[in-house]
Amino acid sequence: MTNKVTVVDYGVGNLFSVRGAVEHLEADVIMGSKSDDICEADRLLLPGVGAFADAMDDMRQRGLIEPVLEFCKKGRPLLGICLGMQMLFERSEEFGNHEGIGLVEGAVVAIPDTGSDGSKHRIPHVGWNELVKSEGANWRGSILNGIDEMSSMYFVHSFMASPSDASHCLAECHYNGRAISAVIQKDNIMGCQFHPEKSAEPGLMIVKEFLSL
Amino acid sequence: MAKIRIIARLDVKGTNLIKGVHLEGLRVVGNPNQHAIQYYQEGADEILYMDVVASLYGRNNLTEVVRKTAKDLFIPITVGGGIRTVEDATEILRSGADKVAVNTAATKRPELLSELSRRLGSQCIVLSIEAKKIRDGKWEAYTDNGRERTGLDVIEWAVRGSELGAGEILLTSIDKEGTNKNFDLQLIKAVTENVDIPVIASGGMGSTDHFVDAVNESDATAVAMADVIHFNKISLNEIRNAALDAGINVRKL
Repeated sequence: MTNKVTVVDYGVGNLFSVRGAVEHLEADVIMGSKSDDICEADRLLLPGVGAFADAMDDMRQRGLIEPVLEFCKKGRPLLGICLGMQMLFERSEEFGNHEGIGLVEGAVVAIPDTGSDGSKHRIPHVGWNELVKSEGANWRGSILNGIDEMSSMYFVHSFMASPSDASHCLAECHYNGRAISAVIQKDNIMGCQFHPEKSAEPGLMIVKEFLSL
Repeated sequence: MAKIRIIARLDVKGTNLIKGVHLEGLRVVGNPNQHAIQYYQEGADEILYMDVVASLYGRNNLTEVVRKTAKDLFIPITVGGGIRTVEDATEILRSGADKVAVNTAATKRPELLSELSRRLGSQCIVLSIEAKKIRDGKWEAYTDNGRERTGLDVIEWAVRGSELGAGEILLTSIDKEGTNKNFDLQLIKAVTENVDIPVIASGGMGSTDHFVDAVNESDATAVAMADVIHFNKISLNEIRNAALDAGINVRKL
Protein backbone atom coordinates (compact mmCIF):
# COMPACT_ATOMS: atom_id res chain seq x y z
CA MET A 1 0.00 0.00 0.00
CA THR A 2 1.13 3.51 -0.67
CA ASN A 3 1.14 6.25 1.88
CA LYS A 4 -1.77 8.02 0.22
CA VAL A 5 -5.13 9.00 1.61
CA THR A 6 -8.20 10.42 -0.07
CA VAL A 7 -10.33 12.77 2.00
CA VAL A 8 -13.99 12.76 0.97
CA ASP A 9 -14.90 16.36 0.15
CA TYR A 10 -18.66 16.76 0.19
CA GLY A 11 -18.80 20.48 0.82
CA VAL A 12 -19.09 20.61 4.58
CA GLY A 13 -16.77 19.78 7.38
CA ASN A 14 -13.43 20.89 8.51
CA LEU A 15 -11.30 19.41 5.77
CA PHE A 16 -8.41 21.69 6.45
CA SER A 17 -7.53 20.19 9.82
CA VAL A 18 -7.74 16.62 8.63
CA ARG A 19 -5.62 17.48 5.65
CA GLY A 20 -3.14 19.34 7.85
CA ALA A 21 -2.74 16.37 10.16
CA VAL A 22 -2.14 13.96 7.31
CA GLU A 23 0.37 16.29 5.67
CA HIS A 24 2.11 16.79 9.00
CA LEU A 25 2.61 13.01 8.99
CA GLU A 26 4.15 13.35 5.55
CA ALA A 27 1.52 11.39 3.68
CA ASP A 28 -0.04 12.44 0.37
CA VAL A 29 -3.55 13.81 0.53
CA ILE A 30 -6.04 13.79 -2.30
CA MET A 31 -9.25 15.75 -1.89
CA GLY A 32 -11.91 13.50 -3.34
CA SER A 33 -15.07 15.17 -4.57
CA LYS A 34 -15.78 12.86 -7.51
CA SER A 35 -16.91 9.30 -7.77
CA ASP A 36 -13.68 8.07 -9.39
CA ASP A 37 -11.46 9.72 -6.76
CA ILE A 38 -13.24 7.71 -4.12
CA CYS A 39 -13.61 4.36 -5.90
CA GLU A 40 -9.92 4.36 -6.78
CA ALA A 41 -8.61 5.54 -3.40
CA ASP A 42 -6.00 3.57 -1.47
CA ARG A 43 -7.57 4.56 1.81
CA LEU A 44 -10.43 6.84 2.58
CA LEU A 45 -11.02 9.42 5.26
CA LEU A 46 -14.58 10.63 5.83
CA PRO A 47 -14.55 13.79 7.93
CA GLY A 48 -17.54 15.70 9.17
CA VAL A 49 -18.85 18.38 11.39
CA GLY A 50 -22.38 19.63 11.41
CA ALA A 51 -25.81 18.17 11.13
CA PHE A 52 -26.31 14.55 10.10
CA ALA A 53 -29.18 15.12 7.65
CA ASP A 54 -27.42 17.95 5.82
CA ALA A 55 -24.21 16.00 5.49
CA MET A 56 -26.06 12.95 4.11
CA ASP A 57 -27.95 15.20 1.67
CA ASP A 58 -24.67 16.67 0.48
CA MET A 59 -23.19 13.19 0.03
CA ARG A 60 -26.29 12.10 -1.88
CA GLN A 61 -26.47 15.18 -4.11
CA ARG A 62 -22.84 14.77 -5.06
CA GLY A 63 -23.38 11.09 -5.79
CA LEU A 64 -20.74 10.03 -3.28
CA ILE A 65 -22.56 7.34 -1.32
CA GLU A 66 -22.36 4.63 -3.98
CA PRO A 67 -18.62 5.24 -4.52
CA VAL A 68 -17.98 4.91 -0.78
CA LEU A 69 -19.85 1.59 -0.72
CA GLU A 70 -17.97 0.51 -3.81
CA PHE A 71 -14.64 1.47 -2.20
CA CYS A 72 -15.39 -0.53 0.94
CA LYS A 73 -16.10 -3.71 -1.04
CA LYS A 74 -12.43 -3.73 -2.00
CA GLY A 75 -11.49 -4.20 1.63
CA ARG A 76 -9.40 -1.04 1.77
CA PRO A 77 -9.37 1.01 4.97
CA LEU A 78 -11.98 3.67 5.63
CA LEU A 79 -11.91 5.97 8.65
CA GLY A 80 -14.86 8.17 9.56
CA ILE A 81 -14.24 11.02 11.98
CA CYS A 82 -16.90 12.45 14.30
CA LEU A 83 -19.98 13.00 12.11
CA GLY A 84 -18.10 10.99 9.47
CA MET A 85 -18.14 8.01 11.82
CA GLN A 86 -21.81 8.52 12.63
CA MET A 87 -22.68 8.54 8.93
CA LEU A 88 -21.29 5.01 8.59
CA PHE A 89 -24.25 3.73 10.61
CA GLU A 90 -27.70 2.80 9.33
CA ARG A 91 -29.63 5.76 10.69
CA SER A 92 -29.60 8.77 12.99
CA GLU A 93 -32.18 10.31 15.26
CA GLU A 94 -30.67 13.79 15.04
CA PHE A 95 -33.46 16.29 14.18
CA GLY A 96 -35.83 13.51 13.01
CA ASN A 97 -34.99 10.14 11.56
CA HIS A 98 -32.44 9.97 8.79
CA GLU A 99 -30.86 7.23 6.80
CA GLY A 100 -27.08 6.84 6.98
CA ILE A 101 -24.60 5.13 4.66
CA GLY A 102 -25.35 1.87 6.42
CA LEU A 103 -21.94 0.20 6.48
CA VAL A 104 -22.13 -0.57 10.20
CA GLU A 105 -25.24 -1.90 11.93
CA GLY A 106 -26.72 0.39 14.50
CA ALA A 107 -28.10 3.87 15.03
CA VAL A 108 -26.95 7.31 16.06
CA VAL A 109 -28.85 8.48 19.12
CA ALA A 110 -28.78 11.46 21.47
CA ILE A 111 -26.33 11.32 24.38
CA PRO A 112 -28.59 10.84 27.45
CA ASP A 113 -29.16 14.27 29.02
CA THR A 114 -28.44 12.96 32.49
CA GLY A 115 -25.45 11.18 33.95
CA SER A 116 -25.82 7.61 35.24
CA ASP A 117 -26.85 9.00 38.65
CA GLY A 118 -29.85 10.70 37.04
CA SER A 119 -28.60 14.25 37.48
CA LYS A 120 -28.59 16.59 34.48
CA HIS A 121 -25.33 17.09 32.70
CA ARG A 122 -24.13 19.43 29.99
CA ILE A 123 -24.77 18.60 26.35
CA PRO A 124 -22.93 18.80 23.95
CA HIS A 125 -20.17 16.64 25.32
CA VAL A 126 -17.27 19.00 24.66
CA GLY A 127 -13.72 18.47 25.73
CA TRP A 128 -11.01 15.95 26.41
CA ASN A 129 -11.99 12.54 27.63
CA GLU A 130 -10.16 9.28 28.23
CA LEU A 131 -10.27 6.21 26.03
CA VAL A 132 -11.29 3.02 27.78
CA LYS A 133 -10.91 -0.38 26.14
CA SER A 134 -14.28 -1.92 25.28
CA GLU A 135 -14.95 -5.34 26.72
CA GLY A 136 -13.15 -8.02 24.76
CA ALA A 137 -11.57 -5.50 22.39
CA ASN A 138 -8.09 -5.96 21.07
CA TRP A 139 -6.29 -2.80 20.01
CA ARG A 140 -3.33 -4.54 18.44
CA GLY A 141 -3.34 -4.20 14.69
CA SER A 142 -6.07 -1.56 14.90
CA ILE A 143 -5.75 2.21 14.66
CA LEU A 144 -5.35 2.17 18.44
CA ASN A 145 -2.21 0.10 18.18
CA GLY A 146 0.36 1.58 20.58
CA ILE A 147 -2.09 4.02 22.19
CA ASP A 148 -2.09 3.99 25.99
CA GLU A 149 -5.38 3.26 27.60
CA MET A 150 -6.75 6.40 29.31
CA SER A 151 -5.16 8.64 26.68
CA SER A 152 -7.22 11.82 26.34
CA MET A 153 -8.88 12.70 23.05
CA TYR A 154 -10.92 15.73 22.04
CA PHE A 155 -14.68 15.14 21.71
CA VAL A 156 -17.36 17.55 20.60
CA HIS A 157 -20.79 16.08 19.89
CA SER A 158 -24.38 15.82 21.07
CA PHE A 159 -25.18 12.47 19.42
CA MET A 160 -23.43 9.15 19.67
CA ALA A 161 -23.26 5.92 17.74
CA SER A 162 -24.82 2.85 19.20
CA PRO A 163 -23.53 -0.22 17.31
CA SER A 164 -25.95 -3.19 17.29
CA ASP A 165 -23.00 -5.53 17.62
CA ALA A 166 -21.01 -4.61 20.73
CA SER A 167 -17.91 -6.27 19.31
CA HIS A 168 -17.69 -3.43 16.77
CA CYS A 169 -16.74 -1.09 19.59
CA LEU A 170 -12.99 -0.94 20.26
CA ALA A 171 -12.98 1.92 22.75
CA GLU A 172 -15.41 4.03 24.66
CA CYS A 173 -15.28 7.03 26.91
CA HIS A 174 -17.39 7.78 29.95
CA TYR A 175 -19.33 10.98 30.34
CA ASN A 176 -20.66 11.15 33.89
CA GLY A 177 -21.11 7.42 33.86
CA ARG A 178 -22.63 7.22 30.38
CA ALA A 179 -20.63 5.05 28.00
CA ILE A 180 -20.07 6.63 24.60
CA SER A 181 -18.59 4.67 21.69
CA ALA A 182 -15.32 6.36 20.89
CA VAL A 183 -13.71 4.04 18.33
CA ILE A 184 -15.55 1.50 16.20
CA GLN A 185 -14.34 -1.03 13.71
CA LYS A 186 -16.07 -3.51 11.47
CA ASP A 187 -13.45 -5.21 9.30
CA ASN A 188 -11.93 -2.47 7.11
CA ILE A 189 -14.44 0.15 8.25
CA MET A 190 -13.37 2.31 11.19
CA GLY A 191 -14.55 5.38 13.00
CA CYS A 192 -13.51 7.79 15.73
CA GLN A 193 -16.13 9.85 17.54
CA PHE A 194 -13.43 12.22 18.75
CA HIS A 195 -11.20 14.27 16.49
CA PRO A 196 -7.80 12.56 16.26
CA GLU A 197 -6.59 15.51 14.17
CA LYS A 198 -7.40 17.77 17.15
CA SER A 199 -6.19 15.53 19.95
CA ALA A 200 -2.56 16.61 20.01
CA GLU A 201 0.17 13.94 19.86
CA PRO A 202 -1.91 10.87 20.84
CA GLY A 203 -4.45 11.80 18.17
CA LEU A 204 -1.79 12.13 15.52
CA MET A 205 -0.55 8.65 16.46
CA ILE A 206 -3.97 7.27 15.58
CA VAL A 207 -3.93 8.98 12.19
CA LYS A 208 -0.43 7.58 11.68
CA GLU A 209 -1.62 4.06 12.46
CA PHE A 210 -4.44 4.49 9.97
CA LEU A 211 -1.95 5.56 7.32
CA SER A 212 0.06 2.40 7.90
CA LEU A 213 -2.88 -0.01 7.55
CA MET B 1 -16.91 13.69 32.92
CA ALA B 2 -15.09 15.64 30.27
CA LYS B 3 -11.96 17.31 31.53
CA ILE B 4 -11.84 20.97 32.44
CA ARG B 5 -10.24 22.76 29.51
CA ILE B 6 -7.44 25.26 29.72
CA ILE B 7 -8.00 27.67 26.86
CA ALA B 8 -5.49 30.19 25.54
CA ARG B 9 -7.36 33.27 24.37
CA LEU B 10 -5.75 35.41 21.70
CA ASP B 11 -7.37 38.71 20.81
CA VAL B 12 -6.22 39.79 17.39
CA LYS B 13 -6.32 43.12 15.61
CA GLY B 14 -5.17 43.01 12.01
CA THR B 15 -2.12 40.77 12.12
CA ASN B 16 -1.20 41.46 15.73
CA LEU B 17 -1.93 39.71 18.97
CA ILE B 18 -3.15 42.46 21.28
CA LYS B 19 -4.32 42.80 24.83
CA GLY B 20 -6.29 45.42 26.65
CA VAL B 21 -7.90 46.09 29.98
CA HIS B 22 -11.68 45.88 30.25
CA LEU B 23 -11.46 45.00 26.52
CA GLU B 24 -10.06 48.50 25.84
CA GLY B 25 -6.71 50.28 25.66
CA LEU B 26 -5.30 47.67 23.35
CA ARG B 27 -1.59 47.12 23.10
CA VAL B 28 0.40 44.90 20.78
CA VAL B 29 1.77 41.71 22.31
CA GLY B 30 3.23 39.95 19.31
CA ASN B 31 2.57 37.52 16.51
CA PRO B 32 -0.60 35.46 17.03
CA ASN B 33 0.71 32.39 15.20
CA GLN B 34 3.88 32.20 17.24
CA HIS B 35 1.96 32.54 20.47
CA ALA B 36 -0.64 29.96 19.43
CA ILE B 37 2.01 27.41 18.50
CA GLN B 38 3.88 28.06 21.74
CA TYR B 39 0.68 27.48 23.75
CA TYR B 40 0.00 24.28 21.82
CA GLN B 41 3.48 23.02 22.61
CA GLU B 42 3.03 23.97 26.26
CA GLY B 43 -0.14 21.91 26.45
CA ALA B 44 -3.08 24.28 25.95
CA ASP B 45 -6.28 22.28 25.45
CA GLU B 46 -7.74 24.74 22.99
CA ILE B 47 -7.03 28.02 21.21
CA LEU B 48 -9.50 30.88 21.04
CA TYR B 49 -8.95 33.58 18.44
CA MET B 50 -11.03 36.73 18.62
CA ASP B 51 -10.89 39.39 15.92
CA VAL B 52 -11.54 42.37 18.13
CA VAL B 53 -12.26 44.86 15.37
CA ALA B 54 -14.19 42.56 13.05
CA SER B 55 -17.65 43.79 14.01
CA LEU B 56 -16.53 47.35 13.42
CA TYR B 57 -15.52 46.56 9.85
CA GLY B 58 -18.22 43.96 9.32
CA ARG B 59 -15.87 41.13 8.49
CA ASN B 60 -13.56 38.66 10.10
CA ASN B 61 -9.93 39.01 9.11
CA LEU B 62 -8.70 35.90 10.77
CA THR B 63 -8.99 33.32 8.01
CA GLU B 64 -5.35 33.80 7.00
CA VAL B 65 -4.12 33.71 10.59
CA VAL B 66 -6.18 30.58 11.26
CA ARG B 67 -5.03 28.89 8.08
CA LYS B 68 -1.41 29.43 9.06
CA THR B 69 -1.90 28.31 12.65
CA ALA B 70 -4.00 25.25 11.86
CA LYS B 71 -1.15 23.75 9.85
CA ASP B 72 1.01 23.10 12.88
CA LEU B 73 -1.43 22.98 15.70
CA PHE B 74 -3.48 19.88 16.44
CA ILE B 75 -5.92 21.03 19.08
CA PRO B 76 -9.31 22.71 18.63
CA ILE B 77 -9.44 26.30 17.44
CA THR B 78 -12.41 28.58 18.06
CA VAL B 79 -12.68 31.78 16.07
CA GLY B 80 -14.91 34.76 16.76
CA GLY B 81 -15.50 38.26 15.50
CA GLY B 82 -17.67 39.62 12.72
CA ILE B 83 -19.52 36.40 11.90
CA ARG B 84 -22.95 37.37 10.60
CA THR B 85 -24.11 34.54 8.36
CA VAL B 86 -23.88 30.80 7.84
CA GLU B 87 -21.54 31.59 4.92
CA ASP B 88 -19.19 33.61 7.15
CA ALA B 89 -19.09 30.73 9.63
CA THR B 90 -18.52 28.15 6.91
CA GLU B 91 -15.57 30.12 5.55
CA ILE B 92 -13.99 30.30 8.98
CA LEU B 93 -14.48 26.56 9.53
CA ARG B 94 -13.00 25.81 6.14
CA SER B 95 -9.92 27.81 6.99
CA GLY B 96 -9.18 25.41 9.86
CA ALA B 97 -11.33 26.52 12.79
CA ASP B 98 -13.39 23.95 14.65
CA LYS B 99 -15.90 26.29 16.24
CA VAL B 100 -17.14 29.79 15.64
CA ALA B 101 -18.06 32.32 18.31
CA VAL B 102 -20.79 34.85 17.62
CA ASN B 103 -21.83 37.88 19.59
CA THR B 104 -22.97 41.09 17.84
CA ALA B 105 -24.86 39.50 14.97
CA ALA B 106 -26.69 37.13 17.31
CA THR B 107 -27.80 39.93 19.61
CA LYS B 108 -29.24 41.74 16.59
CA ARG B 109 -30.80 38.66 15.06
CA PRO B 110 -31.02 35.75 17.53
CA GLU B 111 -32.32 33.35 14.84
CA LEU B 112 -28.78 33.34 13.48
CA LEU B 113 -27.95 30.88 16.27
CA SER B 114 -30.62 28.47 15.03
CA GLU B 115 -29.50 28.81 11.43
CA LEU B 116 -25.88 28.17 12.39
CA SER B 117 -26.62 25.18 14.59
CA ARG B 118 -29.07 23.66 12.11
CA ARG B 119 -26.52 23.88 9.33
CA LEU B 120 -23.22 23.36 11.13
CA GLY B 121 -24.27 21.55 14.29
CA SER B 122 -24.65 23.19 17.69
CA GLN B 123 -21.37 21.66 18.82
CA CYS B 124 -19.44 24.20 16.78
CA ILE B 125 -21.47 27.27 17.72
CA VAL B 126 -20.20 29.29 20.66
CA LEU B 127 -22.28 32.18 21.92
CA SER B 128 -19.90 34.88 23.10
CA ILE B 129 -21.36 37.09 25.81
CA GLU B 130 -19.60 40.19 27.10
CA ALA B 131 -21.12 40.87 30.50
CA LYS B 132 -21.07 44.11 32.44
CA LYS B 133 -22.33 44.19 35.95
CA ILE B 134 -25.24 46.54 36.60
CA ARG B 135 -25.85 45.60 40.22
CA ASP B 136 -25.58 42.52 42.40
CA GLY B 137 -26.96 39.55 40.52
CA LYS B 138 -27.63 41.50 37.33
CA TRP B 139 -25.48 41.90 34.23
CA GLU B 140 -26.08 43.41 30.82
CA ALA B 141 -24.77 41.92 27.56
CA TYR B 142 -22.50 44.19 25.51
CA THR B 143 -21.01 43.89 22.04
CA ASP B 144 -18.05 45.33 20.15
CA ASN B 145 -15.57 44.73 22.96
CA GLY B 146 -17.69 46.24 25.63
CA ARG B 147 -18.50 49.38 23.65
CA GLU B 148 -22.12 48.82 22.71
CA ARG B 149 -25.00 48.05 25.03
CA THR B 150 -27.66 45.59 23.95
CA GLY B 151 -30.22 45.99 26.72
CA LEU B 152 -30.17 42.19 27.06
CA ASP B 153 -30.00 40.61 30.49
CA VAL B 154 -27.03 38.22 30.48
CA ILE B 155 -28.78 35.31 32.20
CA GLU B 156 -31.87 35.55 30.00
CA TRP B 157 -29.73 35.90 26.89
CA ALA B 158 -27.61 32.89 27.86
CA VAL B 159 -30.73 30.76 28.37
CA ARG B 160 -32.30 31.96 25.12
CA GLY B 161 -29.05 31.43 23.21
CA SER B 162 -28.75 27.86 24.45
CA GLU B 163 -32.37 27.18 23.48
CA LEU B 164 -31.74 28.61 20.02
CA GLY B 165 -28.90 26.18 19.45
CA ALA B 166 -25.64 27.53 20.84
CA GLY B 167 -23.46 24.63 21.94
CA GLU B 168 -21.28 26.54 24.34
CA ILE B 169 -21.09 29.93 26.00
CA LEU B 170 -17.97 32.04 26.18
CA LEU B 171 -18.65 34.30 29.11
CA THR B 172 -16.38 37.32 29.40
CA SER B 173 -16.63 39.74 32.28
CA ILE B 174 -15.89 43.23 30.96
CA ASP B 175 -15.40 44.44 34.52
CA LYS B 176 -12.71 41.87 35.25
CA GLU B 177 -11.12 41.49 31.83
CA GLY B 178 -7.43 42.36 31.79
CA THR B 179 -7.36 43.19 35.51
CA ASN B 180 -5.87 39.89 36.80
CA LYS B 181 -8.14 40.37 39.80
CA ASN B 182 -10.01 37.07 39.56
CA PHE B 183 -13.06 36.07 37.57
CA ASP B 184 -16.52 37.43 38.28
CA LEU B 185 -17.42 34.21 40.06
CA GLN B 186 -20.94 35.38 40.80
CA LEU B 187 -21.54 35.93 37.09
CA ILE B 188 -20.15 32.57 36.02
CA LYS B 189 -22.11 30.85 38.75
CA ALA B 190 -25.34 32.55 37.74
CA VAL B 191 -24.93 31.51 34.10
CA THR B 192 -23.76 27.93 34.72
CA GLU B 193 -26.73 27.37 37.04
CA ASN B 194 -29.17 28.48 34.37
CA VAL B 195 -27.93 26.74 31.22
CA ASP B 196 -27.18 23.09 30.45
CA ILE B 197 -24.48 23.75 27.87
CA PRO B 198 -20.77 24.14 28.67
CA VAL B 199 -19.64 27.57 29.86
CA ILE B 200 -16.14 28.98 29.34
CA ALA B 201 -15.14 31.45 32.03
CA SER B 202 -13.17 34.38 30.68
CA GLY B 203 -11.81 37.63 32.04
CA GLY B 204 -9.84 38.27 35.17
CA MET B 205 -7.43 35.40 35.66
CA GLY B 206 -4.32 36.49 37.53
CA SER B 207 -3.19 33.42 39.44
CA THR B 208 -3.53 29.66 39.54
CA ASP B 209 -5.87 30.08 42.53
CA HIS B 210 -8.26 31.98 40.30
CA PHE B 211 -8.38 29.00 37.96
CA VAL B 212 -9.19 26.68 40.83
CA ASP B 213 -11.87 29.07 42.13
CA ALA B 214 -13.53 29.40 38.73
CA VAL B 215 -13.89 25.65 38.45
CA ASN B 216 -14.74 24.80 42.05
CA GLU B 217 -17.05 27.66 42.84
CA SER B 218 -18.82 28.20 39.56
CA ASP B 219 -19.05 24.96 37.59
CA ALA B 220 -17.30 26.42 34.54
CA THR B 221 -16.31 23.63 32.15
CA ALA B 222 -13.44 25.57 30.67
CA VAL B 223 -11.33 28.55 31.58
CA ALA B 224 -9.93 31.04 29.08
CA MET B 225 -6.87 33.09 29.85
CA ALA B 226 -4.95 35.75 28.00
CA ASP B 227 -2.47 38.17 29.51
CA VAL B 228 -1.28 35.89 32.34
CA ILE B 229 0.15 33.67 29.63
CA HIS B 230 0.92 36.34 27.01
CA PHE B 231 3.16 38.19 29.44
CA ASN B 232 4.63 35.00 30.96
CA LYS B 233 3.18 35.69 34.37
CA ILE B 234 2.21 32.05 34.76
CA SER B 235 2.97 29.15 32.45
CA LEU B 236 0.30 26.76 31.20
CA ASN B 237 2.20 24.01 32.92
CA GLU B 238 1.98 25.75 36.28
CA ILE B 239 -1.74 26.19 35.80
CA ARG B 240 -2.22 22.54 34.87
CA ASN B 241 -0.17 21.32 37.81
CA ALA B 242 -1.95 23.62 40.25
CA ALA B 243 -5.29 22.32 38.96
CA LEU B 244 -4.18 18.70 39.33
CA ASP B 245 -2.93 19.42 42.85
CA ALA B 246 -6.33 20.89 43.68
CA GLY B 247 -7.99 17.69 42.46
CA ILE B 248 -9.40 19.26 39.29
CA ASN B 249 -9.85 16.90 36.38
CA VAL B 250 -7.66 18.46 33.69
CA ARG B 251 -5.85 16.66 30.92
CA LYS B 252 -2.66 14.97 32.08
CA LEU B 253 0.21 15.45 29.69
